[in-house]
Amino acid sequence: MALIELIDLNKIYNTTAVPVHAVKDVNLSIEKKEFTAIVGPSGSGKTTLLNIVGGLDKPTNGKVIIDGVDLSTLSESKLVEYRLHHIGFVFQAYNLIPVLTARENVEFIMLLQNVPKAERRQRAVEVLNAVGLSDKLDIRPAQLSGGQQQRVAVARALASRPNFVLADEPTANLDSTSAEALLDLMEELNEKFDMTFIFSTHDAKVMKRARRIVTLVDGKVDKDERTR
Amino acid sequence: MYLSLSWRNIWRNKKRTLILAASVFFAVLLAIVMRSGQLGSYAYMIHSSAKLLTGYLQVQGKGYWENRSLDKGIHISPEDIERIRKIENVTNVTPRLEAFALISHLNHTKVGQIIGIVPESETRMTGLRDKLIEGEYLSSDSLALLIGKGLAEVFQANIGDSLVIYGQGAYGQMAVALMPIGGIVDLPFEILDNSLVFMVLPRAQEIFSMENRITSLPIMIDDIRHLDHVLEDVSVIADDHWAIMTWDEMMPDLKENIEVDNVSGMIMLAILYVVIAFGVLGTVMMMVSERTREFGILISVGMRKSRLIVVTFLESIFVSFLGAVAGMIASVPIIMYLIEHPIHISGEGAKIYENMGIEPIMNFSGDPTIFVSQALVVLAIALVTTVYPYLFIRRLDPVRALHG
Repeated sequence: MALIELIDLNKIYNTTAVPVHAVKDVNLSIEKKEFTAIVGPSGSGKTTLLNIVGGLDKPTNGKVIIDGVDLSTLSESKLVEYRLHHIGFVFQAYNLIPVLTARENVEFIMLLQNVPKAERRQRAVEVLNAVGLSDKLDIRPAQLSGGQQQRVAVARALASRPNFVLADEPTANLDSTSAEALLDLMEELNEKFDMTFIFSTHDAKVMKRARRIVTLVDGKVDKDERTR
Repeated sequence: MYLSLSWRNIWRNKKRTLILAASVFFAVLLAIVMRSGQLGSYAYMIHSSAKLLTGYLQVQGKGYWENRSLDKGIHISPEDIERIRKIENVTNVTPRLEAFALISHLNHTKVGQIIGIVPESETRMTGLRDKLIEGEYLSSDSLALLIGKGLAEVFQANIGDSLVIYGQGAYGQMAVALMPIGGIVDLPFEILDNSLVFMVLPRAQEIFSMENRITSLPIMIDDIRHLDHVLEDVSVIADDHWAIMTWDEMMPDLKENIEVDNVSGMIMLAILYVVIAFGVLGTVMMMVSERTREFGILISVGMRKSRLIVVTFLESIFVSFLGAVAGMIASVPIIMYLIEHPIHISGEGAKIYENMGIEPIMNFSGDPTIFVSQALVVLAIALVTTVYPYLFIRRLDPVRALHG
């Protein structure tokens, strides 16, 4: 069974005079351990698709089935719980909590999961070690570089032990060296821990690192190719 | 961690936090000073009036207050008077016999009020001796009268002149006496000054056929806050034989004036509260608006809205609590100073006080409940403003929040 199945997915925004068809008839199946890039020009529906897969947005019609669970059957509060326990998020602008240290940011997700304090500490340190930030545990985000902040964001996403990680343009705010380093890290985590990554990008360099590239044009899947 | 997160969040924008805390601080400070001034002045007015006229409490014969009949006079034994005097917080008791009679001098006759007093305890309560402007104050066995300056003027009478007292004593007995004026006092109210005649209690009892009986036993206490427990203790001694009247039953006009003034004071406070509430609300709205994206992130990664509401609620509690406690602490030395150095009132305001026989000063109250209650009210108002973040977060769409 596929980890993620998108069936006849459509998303239409009726907030303007002319309805915007952001996602059109998307059918997609993503297996465990995949390292998939959703690519396409600006406005092609990448972020909308990721939001729907992440349970943040609801499709106008169609189904999102994750690990056999149809997200449309979950109530608002169950959906929040589902996101917390099954999906890791990495955002373009890092979006760490500025008043918490790197370790506390990672711990925070586990606090929401009611993980006991000692275990939280241990897992936060482990995961920050894994992303190469063992010496930045007690540093606040403002004192970290963009690349380091995004590593903390990845560590935060992994700390909840999700089924997969959704990353919306994770390298968009990084310089090329930091972007490469982040992709190295994601690849390593994918290989070492079998973590499934789905990320959106419009950067050609980033696309090359993906093992599967799904290209969206005007909300439709234009191409779905496996590179390796 | 939620506590820690909230605490750290409030210091993310120090200026905003300090402005919010300062607005709560000044609201609490102002509210406490205003309320302390109001309640202090009321207590002072009640105390002064009670001292001058009725006492905080009076023991009377049952039904006396309704028709002021000497037939309702009571005998209170010296032992019972002593028991009342010894009640905690009672500062003075003084027996009185009050009666109305015609008072004549030469060709003038006027209705006046005769008050039989125990001179020493009376002056301890009312300061009557200090109001003497001519002649001598009464001694315990004095046979002379003490009359108001206004009455002396009406009669064109001087010290040594005699007045005829003609009235009705208890149970229809005649009450007639011819007594010399021994002293003239300047009483604060015109109505009192033009009608009061004091004599020693035994003489009044003799004239009005009230042997060993009095019409009232005014009781003074140190502070109005102790009224309830003194009333309770006096009731035990009275044991349903006597009626006990409190100051507000005997001076309903004063009570009404205080209530009216209190309402206007409360309106002023309410205006202050509303201004502060909007100030705090404005800051809270700004804070929420600045953090919309952050709220969106937290909800996206799996934070329940209810937990996020708790975090923002804790933030408001911290800031409001800081301001409220600081305001309360800062007000203590200010109020203590004002209690020691009351504000002297001048102009028309002073005349109103002086006409009431009260020194024209604005007193302040150090009642701890004022400090706590005002701080709690302002704190509660600040907390009510957290309804905004509550509603904001409840309606927040994380996708929209994420994209600004």
